[in-house]
Amino acid sequence: MAVTLDSPSNFLTTRLRQAVNWGRQYSLWPLPFGTACCAIEFMSTVSSYNDISRFGAEAVRFSPRQSDLLIVAGTISYKQAPILKTIYAQMCEPKWVIAMGVCASSGGFYNNYSTLQGIDHIIPVDFYVAGCPPTPENLLGALVQLQEKVRQEGLVPAGRRHATGNGA
Amino acid sequence: MSQKLVERLQAEFGDRILETGSQHGDESVVVGREDLPAVVAHLKGREACELLLDVVGIDRSELPGHRDDPARFEVVYNLRSLARNHRLLVKVRAQEGQDVPSLAGLYSSADWAEREVYDLYGVRFRGHPDLRRILCHHEFEGHALRKDYPIERGQFLSAPEKLIRDHEIERAAHRAETAGDAILPSDLLTVNIGPSHPATHGALRAEVLLDGEIIVEARTEIGYLHRCFEKEAEDHTWAQVMPYTDRLNYVSAMLNNCIYCAAVEKLLDAEIPPRARVVRVIVSELSRIIDHLVCVCANLVDLGALTNYWFFYNVRESIYYDVIEPLCGSRLTTNFTRIGGLGYDVFEGFETAIERNLVKLETAIGEVTGLVARNRIFLDRTVGIGAMTVEQALDWGFTGPCLRATGLAYDVRKHAPYDGYETYDFDVPVGTAGDTRDRIMVRIEEMRQSARIIRQALARGLPGGPILIDDPRIALPPKEQVYGSIEGVMNHFKLIMEGGRVPAGEAYGFGEGGNGELGFHCVSDGSGRPYRIKVRPPCFPIFSAYGEMIRGLMIPDAVAILGSINIIAGELDR
Repeated sequence: MAVTLDSPSNFLTTRLRQAVNWGRQYSLWPLPFGTACCAIEFMSTVSSYNDISRFGAEAVRFSPRQSDLLIVAGTISYKQAPILKTIYAQMCEPKWVIAMGVCASSGGFYNNYSTLQGIDHIIPVDFYVAGCPPTPENLLGALVQLQEKVRQEGLVPAGRRHATGNGA
Repeated sequence: MSQKLVERLQAEFGDRILETGSQHGDESVVVGREDLPAVVAHLKGREACELLLDVVGIDRSELPGHRDDPARFEVVYNLRSLARNHRLLVKVRAQEGQDVPSLAGLYSSADWAEREVYDLYGVRFRGHPDLRRILCHHEFEGHALRKDYPIERGQFLSAPEKLIRDHEIERAAHRAETAGDAILPSDLLTVNIGPSHPATHGALRAEVLLDGEIIVEARTEIGYLHRCFEKEAEDHTWAQVMPYTDRLNYVSAMLNNCIYCAAVEKLLDAEIPPRARVVRVIVSELSRIIDHLVCVCANLVDLGALTNYWFFYNVRESIYYDVIEPLCGSRLTTNFTRIGGLGYDVFEGFETAIERNLVKLETAIGEVTGLVARNRIFLDRTVGIGAMTVEQALDWGFTGPCLRATGLAYDVRKHAPYDGYETYDFDVPVGTAGDTRDRIMVRIEEMRQSARIIRQALARGLPGGPILIDDPRIALPPKEQVYGSIEGVMNHFKLIMEGGRVPAGEAYGFGEGGNGELGFHCVSDGSGRPYRIKVRPPCFPIFSAYGEMIRGLMIPDAVAILGSINIIAGELDR
């Protein structure tokens, strides 16, 4: 964006894509799909010591209709899987997904009859955060990287964004 | 005491008591399947066994000495008397296809516990009111904890189960009608709460039937975070189970570490060094403080009192960054203890870091109690809400702060002291009404008592000496030996690859967890891997009563109660 301060007019020139993505980037509304230990670390991330609002993502919503960033924090079992899939489907485009922790990313050290071996079996994922559980700093790091990704995205029609399989 | 109990039982029932046993201080009797209700009713009525702590299923098909035994399954009922301070394990054996009489009529806590045994082993309970799966989903085929079920065979679920059936809606409408309130089944509204819901703190689900705003029927479902701790334990060595225990009650991981170790040490008859004992007490109490901080602050957030969340949560963060992380390198999942001692020694400045945080804790408690204790909104939301009497609480198998809130001062640290708790001076706070307010206040006072214990331990000074037992059966040799001698290398290799061998036997090790009596029922076949570990999670019986507790109240009350009973899904579903 180019702003000329000494300009007599109140115009600024930019590209539509940049302006829209600038807005999206710094106003992500996370939906914590917290099931396990990682949800506790998510609580730490939003609390005042780490303070996720420094990155513009503090408007935590528990309704998929109101949020655009799904943070899957915790183990997803086969019993939970259909619910996660529904929640993801209920979110409006554009939407992004962070798999927080190894359980959500790959099942972690729970390789057994009840644990889904990574949420990417059922929904697309933008970022995988390592750790069991990841520290709040890890999650904030992922958020910053996701913002960069959001900034660079084109105005792709809804639904086609994930078709290219651009997981990080 | 328990010895006499077994003798009295034998005098009463004669040869209907098939076997008696005593291992590591745990008394047990084996009875025939048909005699079970009579024996347990006698124990409850005449021997004051008010608590049915747990029901444990065991598949004995691969246990040495039992491979050809036609009775493949053993069901163990863990009974506890608080009034007379004794414990007894009552066992029955069943062949494939044989059923066992249900005890759900005697103890409400048997309801879910028997469902779990049915779900995981396929043992049917005759006369059980609602024998459905509980941890695995309803489309699951087979029984997961049987030895012939492969651990990695996952099964997808197509859609969640409906919990309240149509005939139940009609029945509820009929009940209301007979009570003089003319309503049609179509007037009742079914509302699903969870598992993705801000108040369910993880993965719990309830379906409630509403008449206006009043909950007339409630069904709860769990198992959304079933991570197969018990199956994983059978697949790993005794030492490798340790990180899995972190993730049971992930808010107070160190308590799980300590109590799991205590259970295995009971099987080993091992005595840990004095330094390890004292450090275990300190970290256990810190863990309890963190558990209560998170429980109370989350509960208050659910009630709309957000400020308290910052007051308490910042103390918790401070304890993590100042003490827990320097101590073991991670925040939440600590993996701190080892069988026979500790994984790491304390860091320099441990004592001052703790004292600094205890001061912060006391300030925060002062601020929070100042905000809520006489707050009209808080009192309106919590006083008399979800009240339980002592009898009800015992019937449902409550332990810990939820039981103490009803007025019964049962604390494992006082009734069966371990790790030297008998030498510390502390009080067991109790409530009077057993309602939501009492549960919150008991937890707040327990934090003060935990701080007292920690201060006493620090004031005495940490004993010197090693932090790990010197026992090559179970403890890893020091690194100098591993790299400097062939015996050290061999010992290390065997312990890592095969696991430390634990003598064959059975033991129930328990302690006071964050939310009540946390126990590990361990069965060893003498190899390096557990044959069976059954966790006795304090949340499980408490949450089984939740449907009863919220009936007749409103949904906001249900949210307040759920926060106050502190359900941690990792421990509930394992």
